[in-house]
Amino acid sequence: MAAHYDVIVIGGGHNGLVTAAYLARAGKKVLVLEKRHLVGGASVTEELYPGFKFTVFSYVVSLLRPDIVRELELPKHGLTILPLESTLTPLPDGRYLYRGADHWETLRNIATFSERDAGAYDDYSRSMYFMAKAVKYILGIRPPDPTSYRPRELWGLVEMARHFLALPEEQLWLLARLMTMSAADFVEQWFESEPLKATLSASGIIGTFLGPRSPGTAYVLLHHYMGEIDGAFRAWGFARGGTGGIAEAIARSAQAHGAEIRCDSPVAEVILKNGRAVGVALENGDTFHANVVASSLDPRLTFLKLLDPAQLPGELVESIRSFNTRGSSGKVNLALDALPELVAPPGPGRHLAGSISFSPSVDYLERAYDDAKYGDFSRQPYVDVIIPSVIDPGMAPPGKHVMSCFVQYAPYELREGTWEEKREAFGDAVVDALSTVMPNLKDIILHRQVLTPLDIEEMIGISQGNIFHGELSLSQLFFLRPAPGYADYRTPVPGYYQCGSGTHPGGGIMGAPGKLAALEILKDN
Amino acid sequence: MPIPTPFHSRTAPLCTTFEWRDWAGYLAPALYEPAHDREYYAIRNAAALIDVSPLFKYEISGPDAARVVDRLIPRRITNFRVGQVLYTPWCDEDGQVIDDGTVARLAENYFRITAADPNFRWFEDVAFGFDARVENVTEALAALALQGPNSRAILRELVAGVDFDALRYYHLAHGAIDGFDVTITRTGYTGDLGYELWVAPENATALWDRLMACGQSYGLLPAGMVALDVARIEAGLLLIEVDYKSSRHTQTEAQKSSPYELGLGWTVHLDKGPFIGRDALRAEKARGSEWALVGIAVSWTDLERLYAREDLPPQVAGRASRQAVPVYRNGRQVGQMTSHTFSPILKQYVGLATVRSEFAALGAPVEVEVTVEYRRKRAGGLVVPTPFYDPPHKRA
Repeated sequence: MAAHYDVIVIGGGHNGLVTAAYLARAGKKVLVLEKRHLVGGASVTEELYPGFKFTVFSYVVSLLRPDIVRELELPKHGLTILPLESTLTPLPDGRYLYRGADHWETLRNIATFSERDAGAYDDYSRSMYFMAKAVKYILGIRPPDPTSYRPRELWGLVEMARHFLALPEEQLWLLARLMTMSAADFVEQWFESEPLKATLSASGIIGTFLGPRSPGTAYVLLHHYMGEIDGAFRAWGFARGGTGGIAEAIARSAQAHGAEIRCDSPVAEVILKNGRAVGVALENGDTFHANVVASSLDPRLTFLKLLDPAQLPGELVESIRSFNTRGSSGKVNLALDALPELVAPPGPGRHLAGSISFSPSVDYLERAYDDAKYGDFSRQPYVDVIIPSVIDPGMAPPGKHVMSCFVQYAPYELREGTWEEKREAFGDAVVDALSTVMPNLKDIILHRQVLTPLDIEEMIGISQGNIFHGELSLSQLFFLRPAPGYADYRTPVPGYYQCGSGTHPGGGIMGAPGKLAALEILKDN
Repeated sequence: MPIPTPFHSRTAPLCTTFEWRDWAGYLAPALYEPAHDREYYAIRNAAALIDVSPLFKYEISGPDAARVVDRLIPRRITNFRVGQVLYTPWCDEDGQVIDDGTVARLAENYFRITAADPNFRWFEDVAFGFDARVENVTEALAALALQGPNSRAILRELVAGVDFDALRYYHLAHGAIDGFDVTITRTGYTGDLGYELWVAPENATALWDRLMACGQSYGLLPAGMVALDVARIEAGLLLIEVDYKSSRHTQTEAQKSSPYELGLGWTVHLDKGPFIGRDALRAEKARGSEWALVGIAVSWTDLERLYAREDLPPQVAGRASRQAVPVYRNGRQVGQMTSHTFSPILKQYVGLATVRSEFAALGAPVEVEVTVEYRRKRAGGLVVPTPFYDPPHKRA
């Protein structure tokens, strides 16, 4: 007879591992089942070309909650976050906007585009600090159900109201705007120069099937601002060894507390007995039993694939079926023979150690979205580039480099043709766009990996390749994530829980859904 | 006015901040770039080049050289072979520490000592009556520290005549780069894998240029004192005049420290035969020391709580502080934390402190003073072992 577990966690992505680590720390006997040969989910590093380590999917980190880093003792288990302190927006005409650690240099550079923007920059940064601080609170709580009269829910609502009503008036107004405006309109309250507006509002479209002028994207922008490193909001970093380093550190922390992790173990279904989850069956027929099963997969898989929808309330099935998981982004990973040369600034230097944003103007981004809206990939895409090997030399052989290009837009479903036919054309569009600012790029590519939303779905399972397990639109956040009445990490099936990015507070390498879910599981068990 | 080191023509153009420190009368870059993060992470994750030429360097040679060294330092030297390096303090007759540094045995009767302060007179006095010669070679040797996990790969590519796999922690080797000689000691002030390279000043710029060119593929960056200070605290390494005072500079007896009080009891071999300070140290050993140097990890939860009361996030990230703060136990001051920093790699606020020895046990709770919005508060902390950060590749 196989071992019996307290908890089985389906999916060894960062959230599944966080849930497992917290439960193991609480003394539970935990098993994590991962379908791939390595843990991490979208947070993996793979050597796809000899000597070159690719941050295949997710590539930077900011949102990982500091309390999780400390409580799971991740530094002790190998997590090191290297600073990614600058953003460079190169323009094809040779001008560039560099924002880095030197405040005055940043202001000078902004002023070359607009003196007014330089004057507004500090106001903007300060406002975003207040916004990030205001919403930080909700990152740490289980969303209360506003329709319930249970004391626990009412108390949660009161607490939340107290928090937000304590904000100064102007912050409350700004927050309301932020929740409803488009990213472009939001940043236009402060700025007028295109490279700055475009690069800032680009944070509002990442992972979203919306353009910078679509209402609701300002919130996504905030989602990318509320990360914290060492007490500083908006700090972005690169994990040593790539994002796989994060998952591995969490896995080691979980294992140190006794959790068991099995790779190459795709789960086919959750086993129910008398309406209660009692275990899982793998695709190969193996079964494992436990008192609790937690799924870190996206809501579609969690409810509609691992369970028989006929067992679920019709309303929930409806909600999940209409839960928006449109994939919008692709990834191009390059192995390079040398460092790319920029049109400007020339040569190697610290400007290559940050992110390089290909976002010349808001119109450019919006046009990229226009293509995608009607089912094409962007002919001239938005690209967010980092060169991991400049930040962490261990990512590539000496003198060689890896380059990670996050690309929008790439719709999950194409209007014409298949991704199989168009994948390389999409990759070419990305390389062509970047070549306008990196003239030597085409000559130094040793290996190219192009990932479409379809590839993301096929490789790591996320429905439609949506990097957040479901869009971060207002209609899918907080007590609506993933469905009204089921935002508390529970499901209609006793003993079955959700712990992935499809739950509050959403995607990114944050770990908060995993932790909050673990705390709810511990309350019930 | 401080004077340039032999590397100045190379460090000066790179020091874009124009922020320099005065290190023993020499110009030492505080930080090369506006923020020291990249330099710090070069030490911890790639490789960093640090100009350590301002160290004082002395050589003791002659038939009695070993006897002089034996008399000078409290450490046993019977197992101290040629090609080895020792870390040690040295004391006055009262067993109080004068300075600390490394002693390299270059030949049977040929030693090289690094020091933070001028020690020529003291070493000569110790050597009086012996058949040995003390020489100040501070100006005759330029020194660079190459520190970080990639440092070995860089040297392997660059240096001829050294088997780096065989060069163990705290050992030395002689090699050549482009025809000039370099002595390499596997030592450093960062607690990471690292080496210190010693060359004649006329070869200094060539050494720098070759290292920087070769190191580019390995993420090598020049690093200044600000980054180094964070690294050395993480490594639990003491800094003279900050964590302790030289017995020759103190104004009162109370300001002096013995090796036992500095956590350096492991360097004192009372049974090795006579050495300067032995009787006093033997007596202290018998009676117990009054003070102890400890590592303190400050509770992050407490820091967050203290700052949250002022509606602020914890504001500690930044440079290491050499501003001593009081350490309390049960409301009574029991010592001072003399060097402290947020450790980016450990995500912890850590410090080196001198506390009364009865409160120095590992795991003992303490409180340290924190100033939040101009008000003095106390955050909890624990006495923890040092080094705070001790990666396996340091010795591997």
